Amino acid sequence: MSLARSKAAIVGVGELAPIRRTVGESTLGMLARCAALALTDSGLEKAEIDGLLVGPQVGETPQHVPATMAEYLGLMPTMSNVVDLGGASGLGMIWRAAAAIEAGMCEAVLCVIGNHRNSDAPRSPNRNPIREFDVPFGASGANVAYALLKQAHMAQYGSTDADFALIAHWARANAQLTPEAIFYGQPASVDEILASPMIAAPLHKFEIVMPVAGAEAVIVTSAKRAKDRGMTAVHLLGAGEKITHRAVSQAPDLTSGPLKPSMARAFAQSGTRVQDMSLLSLYDCYTVMVATTLEDSGICPPGGFGAFMRDHDFGPAGRYPMNSNGGQLGFGQPDLAGGMVHVVDAVHQLRGTATGRQIQGAELALVTGNGATMSEAVALVLGADV
Amino acid sequence: MTNLTDINVPGPTTIPLTEPFWDAAAEGRFILQLCGGCQQHVFYPREICPHCWSGDLHWVPASGQGTLKSFTIVHRPGHPGWMAVTPYTVGLVALAEGPTMLSHILGDAPQVGQAVGFAPTNIGGRVLPCFRIITSQTTPKGDLA
Repeated sequence: MSLARSKAAIVGVGELAPIRRTVGESTLGMLARCAALALTDSGLEKAEIDGLLVGPQVGETPQHVPATMAEYLGLMPTMSNVVDLGGASGLGMIWRAAAAIEAGMCEAVLCVIGNHRNSDAPRSPNRNPIREFDVPFGASGANVAYALLKQAHMAQYGSTDADFALIAHWARANAQLTPEAIFYGQPASVDEILASPMIAAPLHKFEIVMPVAGAEAVIVTSAKRAKDRGMTAVHLLGAGEKITHRAVSQAPDLTSGPLKPSMARAFAQSGTRVQDMSLLSLYDCYTVMVATTLEDSGICPPGGFGAFMRDHDFGPAGRYPMNSNGGQLGFGQPDLAGGMVHVVDAVHQLRGTATGRQIQGAELALVTGNGATMSEAVALVLGADV
Repeated sequence: MTNLTDINVPGPTTIPLTEPFWDAAAEGRFILQLCGGCQQHVFYPREICPHCWSGDLHWVPASGQGTLKSFTIVHRPGHPGWMAVTPYTVGLVALAEGPTMLSHILGDAPQVGQAVGFAPTNIGGRVLPCFRIITSQTTPKGDLA
């Protein structure tokens, strides 16, 4: 089934393990190391890479990002662009790569995203509405926005802090199966999560991702080429994307987001249902993002995520394995590469190479990406090469 | 305890289009853009109406009344200048005219769904359009200290 519906094949992945701080790194250099890992993993030759999709590189390379990256890598691509969808950027690259290949613009696309965390990381010099109309009231940064979303969910549905803490608990539990995870060796109980410092009520510290340095790379080519070359492939079966707003004040809904139509489209394209998934690889910048995504996916009713979390095992042997490498709450969030962390983990699971955390017989994965204030959404359905 | 007036925090990055909104607030008036094309109010101020794309937007007095759609009590602010006045409340105000605005919320024990009213307040030396929780005992008024 996978091959017949395949829109493109992921044939290589690379990942730099997350670390809390870097010294003297350049983002270009980290992305190049990660790209080389993905190329080696794919078995392609460098000269075969003729497409390049990269993420924004705030401060280091504000403009001409694709040309700067291509020059650094010694590539001369026939299709290149920046994908700027916050945490959804990595997922947005995957279907754009597939579309560019289908349009005949290129045959093998390197999708690469990540960042350093040197001490001199620049702040974004915004001069736009969110800077003018949110920041002066004391609302700098994402924590305030997601605290507002969590409060709205609690007020609308009576969901509890303990319900949300269960999400972080499972992230930490799965991180114990992933030695590269930033919270490897540090599980956390629901009580410990609720006892962590209040950052922006009702958000506790352990409900918020740890920012890390890191990078993720994925190489996409046509399913035909992957088959002809006998490459290890994971197939893109369906995708959906939706952008609804930027500032949380402009959100059309605080308890349901643009992932709802994005997932619906990805399921429709792939002919699958959420219940068919072997892995839920759900963007988890904050606990509330997972709660809303579960409800928007249809796997539980609106307001029902708490009961769903209490009733299931989300480890690799459970009915609904979720974020098997710990997700961003357990693995760490390498800035805009956060979404691609979920893609790379899903690829390992669907190849059967997720050592130490392998889901037996994994065939289908739902991967979600989210950017800004539950604003930018991309959902992918990936399938094993069966 | 540090007063809001005394903190050193970023103010609005205004442009000529948006200056009337901030100037009015500083004078104790709350105004919004109204679209002549579709008769809907618009916030934040824009060059064209996001509903119908008409360019016929003009400033009108607004009620300054709204309800609290959500709120957060900030303990660890994103900008260090706000640390001196923590914890403080930021909320989403569903304005009576339709649009939602993020603002600084004054008053104790906020609850989602509560009524709030325009309360021009000096933050870091600038009078900004904040909102105050309305209880049966209080009428909204600013803190212009």
